[in-house]
Amino acid sequence: MTVKKSAAASGGVADLFRKQIFIPIAALLLLGLFNLAVDPSFFKISLGNNSDGFPVLTGYLITILDYGSEVAILAIGMTLVTAASGGQDISVGATVAIAGSVILRILVGTGGDGTLQAPIIVAFLAACVVSMLFGAFNGVLVAIFKIQPMVATLILYTAGRSIAAWINNNELPIVTDKVFTYFGGFIPGIPVPTPFFLAVICVIITLLALKFTNLGLYTQAVGINASSSRLNGLNPVFIKWLSFVILGLCVAVVGLIKTSRLSTINYSVIAKDIEMDAILAVALGGNALSGGKFNIMASILGAYVIQFLTTTLYKFNVSSDALPAYKAAVVILLVVISAPAVKEKLSAMGKKLKKQREVA
Amino acid sequence: MKENAVLEMRNIHKSFPGVRALHAVDFNLCEGEIHALMGENGAGKSTLIKVLTGVYEKDEGEIYLKGHDKPVAIKSPQDAQNLGISTVYQEITLCPNLTVAENMYIGRGKSKLTNWRKMNADADKILQNLGIPARANQQLSDCSIAIQQMVAIARAVDMDCKVLILDEPTSSLDESEVEKLFGLMRDLKARGVGIIFVTHFLDQVYEVCDKITVLRDGELVGEYVIEDLPRVKLVAKMLGKELNDMEEIKDENQVYKGPAENVFEAEGLQSDAGIKPFDFHIKKGEVNGFTGLLGSGRSECVRAIFAADRVIAGKVKKNGKEVKITKPLDAMKNGIAYLPEDRKRDGIVGDLSVRDNIILAAQVLRGFFRPFSKAEANRFAEEYIKLLEIKTASADTPIKSLSGGNQQKVILARWLLTHPEYLILDEPTRGIDIGTKIEIQKLVLKLASEGMSVTFISSETDEMLRTCSRLIVMRDRKVVGELSSEELTQSKVMETIAGGNME
Amino acid sequence: MKKRTLVTLLAVSVAAAGLAGCSSSSETAETAAATEAAAEAGEEEAGGEAAAEEEAEAEAPAASGELIRVGIINNDPNESGYRTANDADMKAMFTEENGYEASFAYSLKNDEQITAAQKFIQDEVDYLLLSAADTSGWDSVLQDAQDAGIGVILFDRTIDASEDLYLASIVSDMNKEGETAVNWLADQGLEEYNIIHIQGVMGSAAQQGRTGALDAKVAAEDNWNLVTQQTAEWNSEKAQQIVQSVIDSGTEFNVIYAENDDMAKGAVAALDKANISHGVGKDVIVMGFDCNKWALEELLAQNWNYDGQCNPFQASYIDEVIKKVEAGEELAEKTIILDEKGFDATTITEEDVEKYGI
Repeated sequence: MTVKKSAAASGGVADLFRKQIFIPIAALLLLGLFNLAVDPSFFKISLGNNSDGFPVLTGYLITILDYGSEVAILAIGMTLVTAASGGQDISVGATVAIAGSVILRILVGTGGDGTLQAPIIVAFLAACVVSMLFGAFNGVLVAIFKIQPMVATLILYTAGRSIAAWINNNELPIVTDKVFTYFGGFIPGIPVPTPFFLAVICVIITLLALKFTNLGLYTQAVGINASSSRLNGLNPVFIKWLSFVILGLCVAVVGLIKTSRLSTINYSVIAKDIEMDAILAVALGGNALSGGKFNIMASILGAYVIQFLTTTLYKFNVSSDALPAYKAAVVILLVVISAPAVKEKLSAMGKKLKKQREVA
Repeated sequence: MKENAVLEMRNIHKSFPGVRALHAVDFNLCEGEIHALMGENGAGKSTLIKVLTGVYEKDEGEIYLKGHDKPVAIKSPQDAQNLGISTVYQEITLCPNLTVAENMYIGRGKSKLTNWRKMNADADKILQNLGIPARANQQLSDCSIAIQQMVAIARAVDMDCKVLILDEPTSSLDESEVEKLFGLMRDLKARGVGIIFVTHFLDQVYEVCDKITVLRDGELVGEYVIEDLPRVKLVAKMLGKELNDMEEIKDENQVYKGPAENVFEAEGLQSDAGIKPFDFHIKKGEVNGFTGLLGSGRSECVRAIFAADRVIAGKVKKNGKEVKITKPLDAMKNGIAYLPEDRKRDGIVGDLSVRDNIILAAQVLRGFFRPFSKAEANRFAEEYIKLLEIKTASADTPIKSLSGGNQQKVILARWLLTHPEYLILDEPTRGIDIGTKIEIQKLVLKLASEGMSVTFISSETDEMLRTCSRLIVMRDRKVVGELSSEELTQSKVMETIAGGNME
Repeated sequence: MKKRTLVTLLAVSVAAAGLAGCSSSSETAETAAATEAAAEAGEEEAGGEAAAEEEAEAEAPAASGELIRVGIINNDPNESGYRTANDADMKAMFTEENGYEASFAYSLKNDEQITAAQKFIQDEVDYLLLSAADTSGWDSVLQDAQDAGIGVILFDRTIDASEDLYLASIVSDMNKEGETAVNWLADQGLEEYNIIHIQGVMGSAAQQGRTGALDAKVAAEDNWNLVTQQTAEWNSEKAQQIVQSVIDSGTEFNVIYAENDDMAKGAVAALDKANISHGVGKDVIVMGFDCNKWALEELLAQNWNYDGQCNPFQASYIDEVIKKVEAGEELAEKTIILDEKGFDATTITEEDVEKYGI
């Protein structure tokens, strides 16, 4: 009886194992269990008031929702870029700096006293346009000139932060307006961090776009077989280009969150290494970095898993300059378990196990 | 082991998740024998070959080789090679960016150093002996597919093999090249090599083979000496049922009876793929075809019609009205559908499901903002899976895990779903089994009888003769003739292709 | 003459490469011009005859009425507000009105800086002013400078080389900065010090100096505890996450000792989110360094408690050294320590903000 049961269970597990979203879920569970074992207070969430007297939730989980949302938003665009072009955009950190710089430039100008000179929405829309233009620039290099995405985006990766500094004449404008802080903090009366809502909005828009347009089908078809897609009437160049423009839009949203958090910008460190987190989120979501099929929800979950890891490491006082090493370990692990050779071994092992059980 | 047997496979079993690929299969090969391994797609031929060459590990059974007392263990392609089992696969498995000589010697040297000059000289000698028109220091990708195939055979031949496996080696060769290959096979046979020959071409089986082993649904049907198994019986064994002889399909040829207007006309059409400008027209309900040797430009012509290559000159008319077709989507909007020659590169979208592959073209025509609902997509998929008898576990199965013939049917379904007025089929029957071939031919005639215009291209002349009412003959990237009605005979076609009646 | 322009142009184009964004519009023009000229530079190099004028200058550099030529090698002004202020200060001092002809080279990389120094030596500047990216690797190039009779003055950063190789070194004493801050903190007379210590990039001089003093004090006193000690690498976002993590864990703390203003700002953002009061007379003492203007304004508003100065205004000291050398006077000491203050929120004035804010 028990034998039967476990065999059935192993069948269910095998099924889950084949699903793409299994990887981020497993990682999340693993991290959760680890924290539960070491210190259950990790999961404590308390309701307090912030310095403006409005109720806010605090706790590690809220921190994860808060900071993970930035990567989650980028992961949406990065997933599309990866799927369509089979490569990654490494310039997102630098273009976040540009987007942030545009927002501040329009909001307070140069040499201002920090009061708003334009509505926030205008600044944000301008940032959207600018980062989509930079996305389009990357897209042209990749789609038309057929440059490897990582090489093409290396240009902005290198120059982006200088461009960001140039936009504000190398000054560090500070926004004194309270409303501007809402985007990276809390909206009065709502105890959940705003970045999470922004992420939810982005995810909903994306899911609607995937449902009501053929974005998903076209992107995947182009990523899997561009030549065949062309003969089916698609325009692979345009679709690859489009994915970079969409990523540009995601970048603008993150630029808003990032600048809002501190009401200012530091060109050389803002959103530093965030591109690596975004790429890692895509990989953690089980998406092939060589393009093709994708699962956006898995990438988004992957983004929160990365923040879960980061927050856990901060909690254990792991030096922040050592964080990349831990993330690298995760990448290695991912690459190894998704390698065909290992997959085959695992499934063979599973089979053997099943056989032994049957014998028993 | 039997006397003069070089290979015995006994009681081979192999399953994949959800599929029993081989069940208690025996296979014997003697010295100096050419042994055909026959069966429909999915019968287990490829699996058996892969078990023998160490690509797959068998679940059960023994393999005996001459000169070994005990069953041999073949755990990797390297093992197989060391035991003297060489393979030439249907798809080229060489490295296109290496030279011909490097491809022939790669992975074989026991020593770390390579004597490049000697290697090139040796390679040239072998190529010359086999009459292969390639140079040792030429980059492989510069050679035609046919020559690449022959290089792969040369590589296998040179490895002093006892067992040579040829897995669909002729599917991309033209007739003279096939003859050359057969000459080579007979040579090897005389030298005592056992050859396993996997092919879909029945003629070829009867031309060179001594014995036939037939598989069906992963099980052994039987082993026959060639004289004992006439063609019709072989097909019957493969299909598991008696088949009306292939010749009969023309009898059930219904003809379109409506007004025969030109559906599509082209004048001076030329693309950047290197063909001379050509004129072309097709009537409603007509089936015509482009014929010619490999590389004669027959595919390039239909690609130009579909704007798959960049069109650089010419006028095209659709139903008598001049239209502009500069990209595939224009052609699709004008009711033209094109099933490309290279199924793997231009046809399937490998990782996508059968369903997505079926709806793709229709979906693109419908527009970016109007996706089919899930229910619609499923309905289309189910409809065509049933209509064309596509063998797939479900509509969700990735197309790449289907057999070649079934992949082709999916692509065909994709274009039928767009309800084209004019359907172009470029080598729709290459590399697929005889049953499916006949199904496709019948389908083409049926569609034409319903008023669809079809252009059909095939390397097998008899197939074209059976389906087409008019043939456009190509030579050296130029249209050199047009044949219809009484002229449609094998010898006349050959003559025109060869240019015998030109002077 | 041509050769000299070439070198200047090269130097500026090095700056342009590392910069691309500039702090004033006039400079943008200069950069553009430099980039243009750099293209021609290659051709000019071949025909580079040393003009008589240049030789004369080299032999009699101090002749009154002539400009003193200085080659200034600095770090990328984009790096931080401190560096921007430092660069602006240099630019304001070494002008033609003040009797100088200055060429600038910027890089965060030691090897690029050394290349720039060699160019300046070839160009026979009178003085080489250097803020080195790295402490080592300078011996041979400084020897070359000395052989060419060029006076080297280090500013902002010291290097591992014999003192004989340079005229003077004008530096901040980071240890002293740390001590001043820690002493101020001790004077606050808290019963217990539970400190969140946010460090700069590990191994940098500023981090070592500012960490050293605090570490020593914590080791010495029983009622001084480090709640956490983490590097945020001068990055405000990381600082915010570090403090957030401490808040999430529920550990008590009453001091934030951040090794620069950016990180202090990040820390305060985390405090604000969690409604933890900070500043004068509040729950948490906030300390920063570098005296950014906006930081001093926070002090003025009593949201922060302390800001330690790291003086970027070194040009006047350098000017003084050069004047002395030109007049043939002896320098009292090789190493000149900058005056550096620590500002207390209770005593800071608007004038301080204007004068010392960077």
